Amino acid sequence: MKTLVFLEHHEGALQKDSLGVLSKAVSLGGEVEAVVLGQGIEELAAGAGRFGATRVHVMDDVLLAAPLPQPRVDALETLVGEGGFDTVLFAASVLSADVAAGLAARLGAGLNYDLTDLVVEDGQLVGKRPALGDSVYVDAGWTSEPRLALVRSGTFEPSETGGSPDVQAYESRFQDFSLAATMVEQAHEEAEGPSIEDAEVIVAGGRGLGGPEGFAQVEELAKALGGAVAATRAVVDAGWYPYAAQVGQTGKTVSPKLYVAVGISGAIQHKVGMQSSALIVAINKDPNAPIFEYADFGVVGDLNEIVPKLTELVRQRRAA
Amino acid sequence: MKIAVCVKCVPDSSAHTRIDPATKRLDRSGEAALNAFDVNAVEEALRLREAAGEAEVVVLSLGPERALEPMRKALAMGADRLVLVSDEGAAGSDLVATSRILGAALERESPDLVLFGQQASDADGAVLQAAVADRLQRPLISQVAELRREDGKLRGKRQTEYGYDVIEAPLPAVVAVSDAINEPRYPSLKGIMGAKSKPQETLSLGDLGVAADEAGEAGSRTTVLALGEPPARGDTVKIEDDGSGADKILKFLLEKKAL
Repeated sequence: MKTLVFLEHHEGALQKDSLGVLSKAVSLGGEVEAVVLGQGIEELAAGAGRFGATRVHVMDDVLLAAPLPQPRVDALETLVGEGGFDTVLFAASVLSADVAAGLAARLGAGLNYDLTDLVVEDGQLVGKRPALGDSVYVDAGWTSEPRLALVRSGTFEPSETGGSPDVQAYESRFQDFSLAATMVEQAHEEAEGPSIEDAEVIVAGGRGLGGPEGFAQVEELAKALGGAVAATRAVVDAGWYPYAAQVGQTGKTVSPKLYVAVGISGAIQHKVGMQSSALIVAINKDPNAPIFEYADFGVVGDLNEIVPKLTELVRQRRAA
Repeated sequence: MKIAVCVKCVPDSSAHTRIDPATKRLDRSGEAALNAFDVNAVEEALRLREAAGEAEVVVLSLGPERALEPMRKALAMGADRLVLVSDEGAAGSDLVATSRILGAALERESPDLVLFGQQASDADGAVLQAAVADRLQRPLISQVAELRREDGKLRGKRQTEYGYDVIEAPLPAVVAVSDAINEPRYPSLKGIMGAKSKPQETLSLGDLGVAADEAGEAGSRTTVLALGEPPARGDTVKIEDDGSGADKILKFLLEKKAL
């Protein structure tokens, strides 16, 4: 295998999930190289060597400054062609999913996505993908090369092995249509307040709260439990709660000791951000909500009755 | 302006879905519904039409003939016509093959804007729009929570792991919307009655000039090797609240030493 790992970065740091995929690729064996695309990123490339890449390809170009997918497809098409890679791995993100899928169409290559493991069986790469709300596991394979894979966020931990890679700069042409979309305003992380990623207890609210005022009781319960407050994408997009608290596919991935989901249906895009929590408690009025399929303890009922009562019980217990 | 909305019919959320062990494909024989994110995409197309004063909204899908019924919901909401690519030879198409077929169908329509729902409830890839954008060689904006058209350009607010970006693209373009973008309307009785008489076209791969070895399993580059049980998970408990729900949660937390 000759594997290329796409390393994503944001505000001067390599993204943890893509380093996790790099570490996994190294553990699978063969030649493993990485690629970093952007502007002013040479230093980042050198850092990738600590995670086991023997060579890091760098394309430093002003046209790659904004995190837009299509110029990256052009840059990867060039590199995969010149470098003779048979496998290209990505850690799933908004950007990487677009890049991987665009590259699949460009190269006519197979892309397996939402993978939660990668193994080599009988010399062949096999991706493991949960399907149908994680009720079935699919062993996914490829019928041609290069093989493209997108790994679900939070799947592999990076492990530092040390080493300094051979950093190689390269250039690529861009397609006209790839440069047509432009970034007008780029997101910056809000650094205010404690990070929910470090919280041991999280109480999260969803659409079932009925409105922004519903978060008052979520905050009360979080306070009683000594935890942080999180929210689903639906309520963040609706403006009920700040973006920094969002858990799920495009938000944070968390794994607290206790996760209390209040008025959250638990669709897959939320689940991927919190499923590794040690204990999951769910309160929802819909008995068919997917969250009940993976909550350790679920209560079907009116959150407006249950949550204040639970808050009071926890307070009494703590005071005792 | 012409807007094409790509939709997918998925198993109804209340239906128990399974994978057919013989074909290793999703068993789609149960009740079908329009994928929820795609309903948001249809709604956004209708809003763009209303803002523009005039536009044609075409709903496009790849799937079995049974998909026509759920697709009519889009017509009932106000879309003008539908196109279904239905061909036995397309069954089992992966991303590469599906994007090739949809791309061919879209080339035939040559719309100014192609809208997608960000992802499907039965196969959560959120990947098709980017593959189709590359096939069509058009700019892409995905994960869009807010969309505006100004001076012939599109402005989309894209949500990523780091917050919201604002991305601009000229038409023709491909845009994938999230379910936060709007609250879809319910079809009116008049809309439902009128849906059946709107143009509904079914196309084969041959009509699109897609060869047999470019579609279905022959045209795919990924394969399902085996199906297995997921790793064992701890027990899950679900109770109905009879007034003691809060007490029972507390008891559970104490048992698990989570307090």
